[in-house]
Formats: sequence, C-alpha cells, structure tokens
Amino acid sequence: MEGLAKFECNLKATELRLGLPGSDESEKQTQASPNIKSNKRPLGDQGNECGSENNSSVSDARGGHQDTAPAAKQQVVGWPPVRSYRKNSFQAKKNEAETSGLFVKVSMDGAPYLRKIDLKVYNGYLELLKALENMFKITIGTYSEREGYNGSEHAPTYEDKDGDWMLVGDVPWNMFITSCKRLRIMKGSEARGLGYAA
Amino acid sequence: MPCTIPLFSFPQEVLEHIFSFIQLDKDRNTLSLVSKSWYDIDKCSRHRVFIGNCYALSPEMLLQRFPQLRSVSIKGKPHFADFNLVPEGWGGFFSPWAKVMAQGYPFLEELRLKRMVVNDESLELVSKSFRNFKVLVLTSCEGFSTDGLAAIASNCRNLRELDLRECEVDDRSSHWLSYISESCTSLVSLNFACLGGEVSFCALERLVGRCTNLKTLRLNRSVPLEKIPNLLRRAPQLVDLGTGTFSMDVHPELYANLDGAFAGCKALQSLSGFWEVLPVYLPVVYSICPRVISLNLSYASIQNPDLMKLISQCQNLQQLWVLDYIEDTGLEAVAASCKDLKELRVFPSDPHGVEQNVSLTEKGLVSVSEGCPKLHSVLYFCHQMSNAALFTIANNRPNLTRFRLCIIEPHTPDYLTQQPLDAGFGAIVQHCKDLKRLSLSGLLTDRVFEYIGAYALKLEMLSVAFAGDGDFGLHSVLSGCQNLRKLEIRDCPFGDKALLANVAKLETMRSLWMSSCSVSLGACKLLGRQMPRLNVEVIDERGPENSLPDDFVVEKLYIYRTLAGPRFDIPTFVLTIDEEQL
Repeated sequence: MEGLAKFECNLKATELRLGLPGSDESEKQTQASPNIKSNKRPLGDQGNECGSENNSSVSDARGGHQDTAPAAKQQVVGWPPVRSYRKNSFQAKKNEAETSGLFVKVSMDGAPYLRKIDLKVYNGYLELLKALENMFKITIGTYSEREGYNGSEHAPTYEDKDGDWMLVGDVPWNMFITSCKRLRIMKGSEARGLGYAA
Repeated sequence: MPCTIPLFSFPQEVLEHIFSFIQLDKDRNTLSLVSKSWYDIDKCSRHRVFIGNCYALSPEMLLQRFPQLRSVSIKGKPHFADFNLVPEGWGGFFSPWAKVMAQGYPFLEELRLKRMVVNDESLELVSKSFRNFKVLVLTSCEGFSTDGLAAIASNCRNLRELDLRECEVDDRSSHWLSYISESCTSLVSLNFACLGGEVSFCALERLVGRCTNLKTLRLNRSVPLEKIPNLLRRAPQLVDLGTGTFSMDVHPELYANLDGAFAGCKALQSLSGFWEVLPVYLPVVYSICPRVISLNLSYASIQNPDLMKLISQCQNLQQLWVLDYIEDTGLEAVAASCKDLKELRVFPSDPHGVEQNVSLTEKGLVSVSEGCPKLHSVLYFCHQMSNAALFTIANNRPNLTRFRLCIIEPHTPDYLTQQPLDAGFGAIVQHCKDLKRLSLSGLLTDRVFEYIGAYALKLEMLSVAFAGDGDFGLHSVLSGCQNLRKLEIRDCPFGDKALLANVAKLETMRSLWMSSCSVSLGACKLLGRQMPRLNVEVIDERGPENSLPDDFVVEKLYIYRTLAGPRFDIPTFVLTIDEEQL
C-alpha cells in the first residue's frame, strides 16, 4: 500500500499544474507553503509518537509526504525532550478521552446558533441543567415528575434513539445519556404539553 | 591552662564519633586524605555512598573501598536515555552490583537506583540477602515485573519505603501487594503510581490501615476515586497523596464522602496523580489546598478556569508541576497567589501538535518570575521566546539555580526581533550566579557559549540541542565552566577540534554525551589513546565499527571518566576505544 502511494505521488510530481512544485491542495498538511517562520510541521503517525521513534526519518503511513514535499520537517527522535513515560501516559489518555466523549447538539428556540456539549462530563441532571443555564443565560427551574418544568420560562427536551422528543429528567441519568441524540430547549409555553401524562 | 591533645592521638572510637557528624561526601573525602589512619577510619565508618555513573567503578572496587555500606545510590544510563537517544541494551545493568552487594553488604538497608536495568532475579536476591532492608527507590528503571515486587514485598519484613518512580514495569499480576506480610507495619512510603495494572484493593486497605506511620501513598490509575475515602480514613496522618483516577461515573454520595475524607487529613501537603479528572470533583480537595506545598498536575487534563481556581487556592505552594493548559492567564494567577513558589515545571500537552493548542507564551514565565521571589527552579516548554523576556527573567530572578527552557521548534529565533537568543541566555548566566543547571533551546550561535563559558562559573550540568556554529562554541564551554560535571549535546555542529583541545577537562567531568554532531572516529581513537582513565564509547547502530575509516562521523558518543577501564557488558553496537585496539 505504501508502494502504491509512492507511485501515485510520483505521478503527481510529473503532472502539469499551476503552482509551486510540491504543493498539492488535496494534502491536509500545509507543508507546501515555503514559510520559513512557520512553526507548523506535519503530524507524525500516532504510532510514531508513542515511542517507536527508532529512526529519524518519518514513516508517515498517510502516504509519501516525503516524496512530494522535500521541505517538510520530519519528526525528530527525542524532541521535544519529553520523557516517553510522560508522553505515553498522556497520549493514551488523550486517545481514550477523544473516543469516549458523548457530544450532542443543543439548540434553543430563538438562539441564532447551536452549541455542543459532552454529556459524559456531567454527573447528573442537576449539573447538566446548571451548565445549560450558564451556556444560554436562562433559568430552567426545577423538575418535577408531575409538572415537568412547569412554571419556568424554558423546558429542556431531548430527542431519543426512537426519534421521540422527551422531557429531560424523566428517565435515570445513565439511561438518558445513552439514549439522548440531541437537546432542545423549548420555550415554556410550548413545552407545557409534554409535562402532562398522556 | 588549655589542654592541647593533638587530634590524631585520639582513640579510634572517638575519631569515629567525631567523623559521624561530618555527612557531606566531599568533606568525608577530604578527611580520608589526612592520614592513613583517618583514611581507614573513614573507610569503615562510611555508611552511605552515591555513584553517579555505574561504570565509573566496579562493584568489587566499591566493596573494597567502603566495606560497611548501609545505603547505596547508583545511576546508570545517561540522561538522554529518557528521550530514546540511548539504544536498547546499551547497559546500566544492576545485576553485577546486586551479586557483589548480596555477598559483601549483609547489613545493607537502602538502595536507590536511577535509569538502571533491574531484573526480577536481582530484586529477589536483594529481598533475600539483606535482613534489615528498609528502602527501595527505583527511578526510571526497567527490566522487572510485579514478580520482583512480590519478592520484595514478601521477604523484606522491615520495609519502610517502596518507591517506584516512573518505571516501566511488566505488570503480570495484581497480587504482589498482598505478599506484604500482615505483621509488617513499618511502611512509611508506598509509591506504585507507574504500574499499569490493578492491585488488590483489600490488601491495600488492610496495609494502609495497619501502617500507622504511612506518610506517602501514591496510587496508580487503576485505583478508582471511590476507594479514596476509605484509604484516607485509614491514614489521616498522610502527608503525600497520589490519587488514582480522579473521575467516577455517577455516584451521589461520593462527593460528600470524598470531601469529608480529605478534610480529615490535616497533615496532607503534597498532591499528585489526578489522571482523568472530572472537574466537578475537584472541589473536594479545596479544604486542604491552603496547606499544600507540592502539586503535580502534569498528568491531569484539567483546563482553565477549573485549573486556575484550584491552584490559586494553594497560597503556600512551593512546587508546581502542570501542563500548558494553565496558559499565561493561569500563570499570572500563580504569580499573584503563590508567593512561596520555588519550583515551576510546565509541560506540553501536545508536544508534536502542528498548531499550538493553548495560549502559553513567554509571558507566563515572566509573570511568575516577577511575582514569585523564591522561584529558583524552572522547567518550561513553550513555542516562543524573546531576548527581552529572558533579560526580564534574569533581572527578576538572580536566585535561579536551575533554568531549563525548551522552545519546542528547533532554531526558533527571538519572535520579536528575529535575532538569536544568545543575549537572553547570556543575561541568565550573567545574573544568576548560582546557576547549577541550564538547558538551552531556540536559535543560538557560538556567542551564547562564549557567555556560558565566561559567566556560568557554578554551572554543573548543561544541555544543548540544535545550537552553535562550530567548534568554538564547544571550546568556550569546555575551557570555561570550572564546575561543569555533565554536558549533553545533540544535533550541534561541534567536531574534533574542540574535543581534542580540551581532553584534560573531560577527566574533571562525570560525562559528556554528543549525538548527531560532527565528531570523527579518528578523533575518538585519539582521545581514547590519550586518556586511559576515560571510557570513550562510540554508539552506532548502523554497522560494525572496526572496518570504518577514521573520518567517519560517529552517530553517538558517550565519554565518561572511570577507574574500571572498558566495561565487559558492552553490546555489539558500542565500541569502546581501547588502548589495545590502537
């Protein structure tokens, strides 16, 4: 696969295009721009970062960057001088965190744009509601099983796995975070219907 | 009438007693030069020794020189091994030392090893050979597993300290801790933070409960937050706590439980761990913050404002290790709240990131240098620096003793003037007259080395990377810096001339490391021939060295003074320049 990528990159090098040699719009990294003062350099492969830095040439599995951009900076062994123990501890944790977040969109009626929050960060409904109040500068009031959020200007609702719009607070927290797909803060008047038993 | 009995006519026991008040190695060494009898008395009454380089002498020599040791500290691999620059299998093996000490020092109580390769057999030997063994501290060591720890646990009945600092341990079982005998109550310090796997919680709780003198407890990530209250309640006398994972799934009473448990630890002054922090739980430590003098958040992903809020409550903080999530704003808060701060280390959260993810610049460091009058030790990773900032820091803090600056991108100039940072670092060495340790970075010419050679009179350790123009730079350092002990250099255009012009200097130092520089094999041979008390090790993984020409540029070079001659445990990729080979 690496051989094929190299072959394709060589093809690209002979392609007739407008632009500086080595520049390629389809590449994610901006290594083509000959900016000497730039602090940017291509991200090494994840595997490279965690201690398999046994050679000083970059082995970027994303495909032959070395061939198309001779000015590209390579990841240097042992630099910056962060102990592998520290790098490995933190990298592992970062990867964990990135894959296990539970981000959902939050919309509020009347607000010009949506927000996104990570449900895993909160301990329970109390914290979630506080966070929403802070985020949108509103008051939501207290939940009651019978009345919902009756009496307050806003009611938090969510779309569950089945596509139904539910009132936030009805189900246990753990069930909520696994079934919630998105949140919507409704104006109190509209939400009244949801608070009553069918 | 004053009675003048000459000191040398005192009986041996009296002299021994007097000598026992003299603790510093330097002073004891001086004592031993006075006369043969003083040498003998010192020799037999010396109980602790520190060996900065395990290859500077052999274990047999140690036994011969100091036959009555109770405490031994040994360092193995050079510092740059921390950054993967020393190939696997290079050396630093503890085994030969274990064997000799097992025979020769039956009363050994303390062993402290750093950057050594320690295997389970050696640990077992240690556990069985020393009846009164009390202290085992392994820092950045590797080569052993939890089986070795189990041997220590079960056989060392008087164990006081078991301290594993950032070691790479093969975690085979959680039971090693259970091997500590139920009758063992002597533990004062237990640190297994670097272990990857689980430990038996029951055994841990019982252990903590019965060791009433336990002062330090550093847990690993496998210990969940919900276990902390029980542990703290059993050890309210704890001084130093390293938490495990600082987050937990939903658990209503846990917060109150933690809060109460922490509040009960009136002596707690040192906190570390904090892996996977859920910010919502941080306030449980607020009650102890005013007493905290050491805080290690360098593995915690907390960001501002939670991070700032936590630290600014620690008004008595002396030592802070933190990630660059603290940003300039957080460091300003530190400068305002932590007036007793002595040591600051700021690590990069994303060392290889393409874009800078946090707003941490030289300004943060400048704030702290302004606000914290006792600051003397700095380790700082950042992306930009200016000579002006370095001048300010130097002027603010002439009391700096350790200054390690890492500007992440090599060759980065002063971002304001685009000039090299020579003048800035020059100001540091000029103003900070007690500077013992310095690490350079950024765009630097030979000029900075002139400054260092001229002004850094107390400098003991210098780390250099991607700096200098040529041999003159290295020559300036080697011909100046009277107190230089360790010099480590990578990726600098330093070559043969500077090295060969300063051969005598190398014997006054512990070691010199040079990698990716311009030193030739021929120069190494010359050096080896001229200086029999230096080991000149050429480390090159590219192929056999015996067939190479003299002008071949060596990959890595490690030179150290030694009384033991070339070592016997040398791997194939290391060539020691030996007199016999020349």
